[in-house]
Amino acid sequence: MSLICGQNISFRYAETPILDDFSFALAEPQVVAIIGPNGSGKTTLLKIINGIIFPERGQMMIEGKDTRRWSRQELARAVAIVPQENLSIFPFYAEEIVLMGRFPQGSNACFEDKKDYQIAHEAMEKTDTLAFAARRYDQLSAGERQRVLIARALAQEPKILLLDESTVFLDLKHQMQFLALLRQLNITQKLTVIFVTHDINLASSHADRIILLYCGKNYAIGSPAEVITAANIKEVYDVDVLVDPNPQNGLPRMTLIT
Amino acid sequence: MLQISAVLLLVFLAICLISLSVGSVHIGLGQLLRSFSDILTGEHSLSSQEELIIVSVRLPRIIFAGIVGASLSLGGVVFQALLRNPLADPYVLGISGGSALGAIIGILIGAGSFYLGVPLLAFCGALATVFLVFVVSGGTRGPLLDNSLLLSGVVVNAFFSAAILFFLSIVNSLELHSITFWLMGDLARASMKEIGVAAVCLLLGFIWLYLQARTLNIIVQGEDVALQLGVSVESKRRWILIVTSLFTATAVSLAGIIGFVGIMVPHMMRLIFGSDHRLLLPAAVLCGASFLVAADTIARMVLAPAELPVGVITALCGAPYFIFLLKRKTN
Repeated sequence: MSLICGQNISFRYAETPILDDFSFALAEPQVVAIIGPNGSGKTTLLKIINGIIFPERGQMMIEGKDTRRWSRQELARAVAIVPQENLSIFPFYAEEIVLMGRFPQGSNACFEDKKDYQIAHEAMEKTDTLAFAARRYDQLSAGERQRVLIARALAQEPKILLLDESTVFLDLKHQMQFLALLRQLNITQKLTVIFVTHDINLASSHADRIILLYCGKNYAIGSPAEVITAANIKEVYDVDVLVDPNPQNGLPRMTLIT
Repeated sequence: MLQISAVLLLVFLAICLISLSVGSVHIGLGQLLRSFSDILTGEHSLSSQEELIIVSVRLPRIIFAGIVGASLSLGGVVFQALLRNPLADPYVLGISGGSALGAIIGILIGAGSFYLGVPLLAFCGALATVFLVFVVSGGTRGPLLDNSLLLSGVVVNAFFSAAILFFLSIVNSLELHSITFWLMGDLARASMKEIGVAAVCLLLGFIWLYLQARTLNIIVQGEDVALQLGVSVESKRRWILIVTSLFTATAVSLAGIIGFVGIMVPHMMRLIFGSDHRLLLPAAVLCGASFLVAADTIARMVLAPAELPVGVITALCGAPYFIFLLKRKTN
């Protein structure tokens, strides 16, 4: 049974096709990167895996069960997403935001229990956000907010973690910390990580597998070495690049030709 | 959370005591306590004028003002959260326009001579309007979208105001008087039975909503976030809207349209206590009740023995205090 399996998925917004007969399967917990130009369907794909929207044609199976047939709460226990940006009109404290991640795990009681607080605090420790637990979320910087949202997703204790460009606002140190954390969770807790990014070198050096999306189709799926080639990048992004092995780990490294 | 609620409850009780004591006939605190102990021990004969005023005039009115204030501000908090819009108030989905039109029709066809005639029509008018807003915004077929709900509410309310003006321009002066009085809101009109109905609606509504407080926190974060945190947003929002409309419409149909409480108290509570609905809901109930009891007391006092419409007071003292609070917070 595949962990995640998308079969012939098509999706349109109004009349614009976003995903077109897209298929992929993931059998074991891996770190997967989704790359592709703007409008190639990356975010839509994450939303479909998360069951926020459903494919028009085809189906998305999580642990062998169609996302349409999962109950909302059960799906929220299995899959968590870190959205791009999420600002509420009404101010909440950072800790309150993280504690919301405990909602699907609880029995929908009115108040969080000790265990909820403990798990939320652990998630905040891992994301280096405990220092501003008592500060207002809307008054944090973009990078700090992103880390709070990551903590919320971790507090959900999911089996599958989806990240929608969650590293863009992070400084170098927190980016490295975060990517190391993802790898560690992948190994120790069998967490599957699927992240959308525009940073091709980041995808190359941190993902086991890369999905290159182009016009709603999987233009290429495979290991970094298979996907990150000068020919693929030229075809999909229409830019000339040089790809050579990274001297540190031998993974493909991309340089723009100017 | 509990401590804050307890303090707010004490404030509410203190305001009630003051409100009981002042008025065109002043009743001292000692007399007040003596009357209460008489009533509690069942010894009251209602012989003294003071006890009569307390038991049959002031007390029901204070209780009713508290219930209406609490209903309106609780409704305001919930509608703001559901529509994700700090400018929403309990009237935003047409409860005011609908109940007003229902009441006017009731007054015109002479329903005032029947028990519960006018309030019942006002209640039906309010609920019919909320349903109409649902239909116009497409919420009966597809998803309930906050913006289209809000817009439909505004449009339907505008249409109803036109209808109300039309009726006002064709009726005779006697009817005009009672319609205007209804529109301004009146806390002296409800009978003990009606007050009981409003109290039960508020209590049931509050208990049910409190159980949804965590869900409300999550719904405020936006539809996608709520979905991914395991909240079935669609059905939750629908039920919360229905329950809130029910108790708000009950209060409005009995008291008339009292403005400002439902938008200002929720705002103040958010400014002071933050956005967690587990604190916000009880705080809004207690402060809404305190605010309207205080406003009604002032309305009774200013031109005593004549009375001002309580809506005038809510706007007159509410607006400046609100501006003060907003200024202090933004500085």
